[in-house]
Amino acid sequence: MISLSDYLMLGAILFCISLAGIFLNRKNIIILLMSIELMLLAVNINFIAFSHYMQDSAGQIFVFFILTVAAAEAAIGLAILIVLFRNKRTINVTNLDSLKG
Amino acid sequence: MNIELLLFYAFSAILIMAACAVITVRNPVHAVLFLVLTFFTSAAIWLMLEAEFLAIVLVLVYVGAVMVLFLFVVMMLDINIEPLREGFIRYLPVGILVAVIMLVEMALVVGPRIFGLQQVAAPVRHDAAYSNTEALGEVLYTVYAYPFEIAATILLIAIVAAITLTMRRRPDSKYQNPSAQVRVRRQDRVRFANMENTSSTDNSNNTAE
Amino acid sequence: MKSIYLAIVLAPLIGSLIAGLFGRQIGRSGSHWVTIVGVAISFLLSLIVFKDIVFDTGPVFNNTVYTWLVSDGVQFEVGFLIDRLTAVMMMVVTFVSLMVHIYTVGYMHDDPGYQRFFSYISLFTFSMLMLVMSNNFMQLFFGWEAVGLVSYLLIGFWFKKETAIYANLKAFLVNRVGDFGFLLGIAAVLMYFNSMDYADVFTAAPLMKDMHIEVIPGVEWSVMTVICILLFIGAMGKSAQVPLHVWLPDSMEGPTPISALIHAATMVTAGIFMVARMSPLYELSQTALSFVMVIGAITALFMGLLGIVQNDIKRVVAYSTLSQLGYMTVALGASAYSAAIFHLMTHAFFKALLFLAAGSVIIAMHHKQDIREMGGLKKYMPITYWTALIGSLALIGFPGTSGFFSKDSIIEAVHAAHIPGSGFAYAAVLLGVFITAFYTFRMFFLVFHGQERMDEHTRAHVHESPLVVTVPLIFLAIPSLIIGAMTIEPMLFDNYFGSAILVDAAHDTLAEVGEEFHGVATFILHGMLAPPFWLAMAGLGSAWLIYLQKPQLAGQIRNAFSPVYNILVNKYGCDDFNEKVFAFGGRRVGRSLWKGGDQLAIDGIMVNGTARTIGWFASVLRHIQSGFLYHYAFAMILGLLGMLTFFVFL
Repeated sequence: MISLSDYLMLGAILFCISLAGIFLNRKNIIILLMSIELMLLAVNINFIAFSHYMQDSAGQIFVFFILTVAAAEAAIGLAILIVLFRNKRTINVTNLDSLKG
Repeated sequence: MNIELLLFYAFSAILIMAACAVITVRNPVHAVLFLVLTFFTSAAIWLMLEAEFLAIVLVLVYVGAVMVLFLFVVMMLDINIEPLREGFIRYLPVGILVAVIMLVEMALVVGPRIFGLQQVAAPVRHDAAYSNTEALGEVLYTVYAYPFEIAATILLIAIVAAITLTMRRRPDSKYQNPSAQVRVRRQDRVRFANMENTSSTDNSNNTAE
Repeated sequence: MKSIYLAIVLAPLIGSLIAGLFGRQIGRSGSHWVTIVGVAISFLLSLIVFKDIVFDTGPVFNNTVYTWLVSDGVQFEVGFLIDRLTAVMMMVVTFVSLMVHIYTVGYMHDDPGYQRFFSYISLFTFSMLMLVMSNNFMQLFFGWEAVGLVSYLLIGFWFKKETAIYANLKAFLVNRVGDFGFLLGIAAVLMYFNSMDYADVFTAAPLMKDMHIEVIPGVEWSVMTVICILLFIGAMGKSAQVPLHVWLPDSMEGPTPISALIHAATMVTAGIFMVARMSPLYELSQTALSFVMVIGAITALFMGLLGIVQNDIKRVVAYSTLSQLGYMTVALGASAYSAAIFHLMTHAFFKALLFLAAGSVIIAMHHKQDIREMGGLKKYMPITYWTALIGSLALIGFPGTSGFFSKDSIIEAVHAAHIPGSGFAYAAVLLGVFITAFYTFRMFFLVFHGQERMDEHTRAHVHESPLVVTVPLIFLAIPSLIIGAMTIEPMLFDNYFGSAILVDAAHDTLAEVGEEFHGVATFILHGMLAPPFWLAMAGLGSAWLIYLQKPQLAGQIRNAFSPVYNILVNKYGCDDFNEKVFAFGGRRVGRSLWKGGDQLAIDGIMVNGTARTIGWFASVLRHIQSGFLYHYAFAMILGLLGMLTFFVFL
């Protein structure tokens, strides 16, 4: 039988992979955004698992909303990326240090 | 080792491999496609968890819309890939270290010791008449109606924001500006010009002679 | 009667305010008339009060005039206690003040600050009256501080003169040291008796006799001793006892009338008055009495010695005042409070007389004060001469003069005392008689007899002073002669002071002296056979010998004893000590606090240092804001890791 912890470990592994992705792909913004989507996916798996094992549908409702917000955030993030590309002609973030203190 | 367990391990393996591929492949289009694969696989896992509605929603909305959006953007931007891969090998050890530490800690928290089968029993599976959609609907429009409305507002905001950010005026596009049209004055349009009568003969065609 | 008491106090105050605030409008003669009238009213009313209390045996008046505030059950009020002690003091103060007011009309005739001077001396009269008439410690302290303030104002009257400013500041500061002890004493009284009223304190005092206080942990002192000694420290400052005497000689920088009024007759006697008033307290502590006696004896002897080597006429009289104050203090220590007040009264008259006579001489010599440049003034200024002679004889205690009665009573009382230190005190006062006679007549002979050593110009203008100057001299000479004989018996031996002064039977020296007193005439005869008379005559004779007959002896003795002479001229190094230790130390402490504390610690480290630290910190933290997205993302991951660790391993 599959235990709850199996699903939770799966979510944890996915989360850590995306964390490594953020850290390694520091120059490529698109991969960064995709890693964020992976993080959200890991969290969703957690919620669904808990919802199933606790027999409470609140978890699934919350996933519903996370999906909504994630979609909105992905859209806006990509819009920003497009505007950035229009102005800089590159998505290399090493050149973006105008907020330097 | 029943079929359920086998399916679980198969799907998990595919999921993890696809996730690793997302962050390591060179070509960003490939990365997006691998991401699509991870979403499909996780939808399958959600089906195993009796969350049918959300699994389908994941595929339809997330893969169908968001990932397609990603693909659009990746293909639209003309990206020079080579300089983007520079720091990868250099930061690999530290990255793996951080990820592994995090994994170990999370395992301590959510591991079998705490959430294993002895602690949390496997639930009874619903019968065939169970409709996940109906169950979700019963709760969503009654107890969680307010968050539902807020989620709708967030989507509206996202649309407005995305359009505002990326809209630019093309210099050669023609359009009307009604308020300017209404504000126009006679002297902006009509100008009397005084002209000399250049010919001596009367060239009018409709004189009643 | 209450309105009379109020009038006595307020008349000089009103006079002072009018002369002070409207001096320019009412002019010189206006201001002197208004103040003289004020003090004259006070004097006449004081006579009426005296008559009422002493001759008509009126009741003692101990009442509150005005309650200032009530705090935690303690009443702070303005009140009067008019008993026999107060009546005597009031008479003395108002009489001498009136004489000085009249004298000033002549002395300060040409001075630009005329009105200001009259305002000040009237204000002084008011303050002194408040002091002696008070019935509680707070008003006593008010009067105490007020006389100190007016003394400061008057010593520095010629404020453009640098030495005058040094002198008045010195007087105020030294007085402050004494006042500090005084205040501690009053605080101790408040702490233990919970009341500032004399009556409450005196009735409760015998109950406190055996209480102890640990000021230094582990060392127990009797409460009464501590209170009495602290109060006496105040008296040491005000009445110029060693070591707080250093201000009095320098106070001669002020005009002569105030030297007569304040530093001879009234302010300096405030300390003596205070101890006499507190006799119920002092009788309970033998240690305090010994302390008082020894300090008085030291002052009487050593200040007298200094009088021998002074060349300024006013300084001689100043040191003489110091020495006589020492006598009064010794009498207080011997529990002969009546004798001390008696001497206070007679001394007020003849010392004021001597000062005013010195002033008269100074006017005649066109404000020159060195006695080495005077001489033979007898034939030019007869009235001054004869009144000065009477004053000098009274000072040395010539039989028959009032000084004789008071001084001999003191010496007899000290002889009869048995508390620790009385032996030393007796030797000191006896020796002091010789020294007093010597320096008094040294001054007298050098000024009025012998060769005329002044320059031609001055000699041509030497003449007797005007009436406004000489009439007060005569009026002061009369009591210097007769008041001793008249009042010794009632005052000392007939329980004149009654309930005002309390003497414990164990050390009632005056009672012992009184057993042998059989009338004024026998007292005089007895006195002529006693050591003090012979010592005084020896002193007079030595002065006559050295300064009139053989002037070169003076120089020879000085050379022979030159180390002693140097010590005396340096005033035992007291001034040097104060300057090098306290003044220098104070300035050093001030400078180090300024440089180290204020500039370095507060400005440098706390204020500027904080700013600099923040700036440095900011410049370090600045590098975290790199502007790079991946740095921020990494920071977020690390933060997340940290929080996770915290919660997992908590």
